[in-house]
Amino acid sequence: MAWQKVKSTLPAGSYYFSGDEAVAEGAIAARCGYCAGYPITPATETLERLSVRFGEVGAVFMQMEDEIASICSCIGASWAGAKAMTITSGPGFSLMQEGIGYAAFTETPVVIVDAQRAGPSTGQATRVGSGDIMQAKWGSHGDYQTIALSPWSVQELYDQTINAFNLAEKYRVPVLLMAEEATAHLRERIQVGEEVALYNREKKPGAPPFGTEEDDGVPPMPTFGDRERLLVTGSTHDEWGIRKITHPDVHERLVRRLHNKILHHRQEIIQYETYYLEDASVVVVCYGFTARSALFAVERLREEGKKIGMVRLKTLWPFAQEVVKDIGSKVKKILVPEMNMGQVAGEVMKYAACEVVPYSQVNGEIIHPHTIMEQLRRLS
Amino acid sequence: MVRELEKYLRPGIGVTTYCPGCGEAILMGLILRAIDELGLNMDDMLFVSGIGCAAWIPSPYFNADTLHTLHGRTIAFATGAKLANPKLKVMVISGDGDLADIGGNHLIHGARRNIDLTVICANNMNYGMTGGQVCSTTPVGAVTMTTHQGNPFPPFDLCRLVRAAGAVYVARYAVTQPLPLIRSIKKALQTEGFSFIEALTPCPVQFGRRNKLGKPAEMLKSLMARCVMKERAEKLSPEELKDKIITGEFTDGRD
Repeated sequence: MAWQKVKSTLPAGSYYFSGDEAVAEGAIAARCGYCAGYPITPATETLERLSVRFGEVGAVFMQMEDEIASICSCIGASWAGAKAMTITSGPGFSLMQEGIGYAAFTETPVVIVDAQRAGPSTGQATRVGSGDIMQAKWGSHGDYQTIALSPWSVQELYDQTINAFNLAEKYRVPVLLMAEEATAHLRERIQVGEEVALYNREKKPGAPPFGTEEDDGVPPMPTFGDRERLLVTGSTHDEWGIRKITHPDVHERLVRRLHNKILHHRQEIIQYETYYLEDASVVVVCYGFTARSALFAVERLREEGKKIGMVRLKTLWPFAQEVVKDIGSKVKKILVPEMNMGQVAGEVMKYAACEVVPYSQVNGEIIHPHTIMEQLRRLS
Repeated sequence: MVRELEKYLRPGIGVTTYCPGCGEAILMGLILRAIDELGLNMDDMLFVSGIGCAAWIPSPYFNADTLHTLHGRTIAFATGAKLANPKLKVMVISGDGDLADIGGNHLIHGARRNIDLTVICANNMNYGMTGGQVCSTTPVGAVTMTTHQGNPFPPFDLCRLVRAAGAVYVARYAVTQPLPLIRSIKKALQTEGFSFIEALTPCPVQFGRRNKLGKPAEMLKSLMARCVMKERAEKLSPEELKDKIITGEFTDGRD
């Protein structure tokens, strides 16, 4: 059985956690067996908690010499049979890109948490930003697909960490949890249920580990030690892992399948929430911490009788293009407030037929609800 | 490769891609000989390699689990696999450029952590696969495609480097010393902790040609003449040691 209900690792109940701590507890609940990382603000607290908690649950925690080694050791651990995760922030996320490309091309399940801070470069280490959204999509060279999630609360950091592991194992893909400093360092009360639903990777002895008959399939994944004599390589490979470094058809087929296995399943992967869309003429499309401010603004303006709605993207990649297209055909204007220079606004413009207004704030602070209210008043 | 070792090769792969006269096919045979003499089961082994000629020794030729990784990150991948499943017998096979240049930081940290990995570093003193460029093991003055007037920088002594970083077993042999090299690989495989063997191997096509080192056979003969065992070297004067390569075990886990 691929899906399995298991007992939560924490006793069911209410907990007061920081976002970083919630990520650590989510990983434990997902039965993560290996985590490697390198200290970096604002993600360090997750590592610190895991270094204690993994010892209690019998999982392996490693502080590596850098973020490159961290993600590479996670990929090695994943092939050796463990659910694996690494945690970082912008500068470390940049270093991890070659590993993310390798994981995508070798179809290695791995979870990468990026607690985004104000970039570029070292930027403002303790301040918030959402500047890594496009990097999550295009950071490594070549064409590949990942799944990227955008949590807006401490509860969701817990839940989406579990979801990230499930998606990684199900689709054999690196899953990027695009947290933000503001949620990583936020403390909130969260609820932990009795059980969690986990996806365990599917094995099929003797089946090719790198190819499927369908052009959008996810092959079964054996692990080292299964006597399958695996050939895992970041070079172009056929369905058995044999290097095919000059064969045009093999490369084309592999690159397309790795795209299709994510994009053709986007209805199952993509999660979003809608608020007050029924009669809305202006809609805010938002994600992450900014959605908290946006919802506050939308609800205040609704009280004033303004016909404003909101869509919160919980999944950033693959992009919710059908949702945006649908809303864009029904409303007059879309506002996209972001803590970057309009990275998601550009995607919304691709698919929405209506006017799309980006609002960028890159000062290392969260976007205040009143700022969003002001923008919406101008539009409605 | 003798016929009796062919059972360790992946069926259907065929000939190797090594250049004529390359020492790495010799090294491939010596590694398999050591595994055979120890009676290790290939089903229990994982071979991790990076990018470069030597990384192709296990992948795809060895009929076992193989992880052909990113350039330089070999030790990091191997560390994760070993820690996630300690039952795996993990051997890293890669080149000097992969392990010591781009992967130098991972190499010293791997040695420092002393995780149970057997690392075979095939040292051909240049980047062979990309056409013969200078690397951190190229001798001073050697001509490469990126040092046309001779390499101005001194090379690493890989064994001293890795030993200083904390490896429990460190040795250097040339592929022209097959019996000591097989014994060394066996010992490394039996040593718990980080063991490192620098295996000197001639690269006639990319390195020898540009440095006028003669035909492959002459390069092998010259390597045989230059390698002296550590015990003998201790009795030689600095003058006598000029141009010699000291081989042997530099630490065997007891000191």
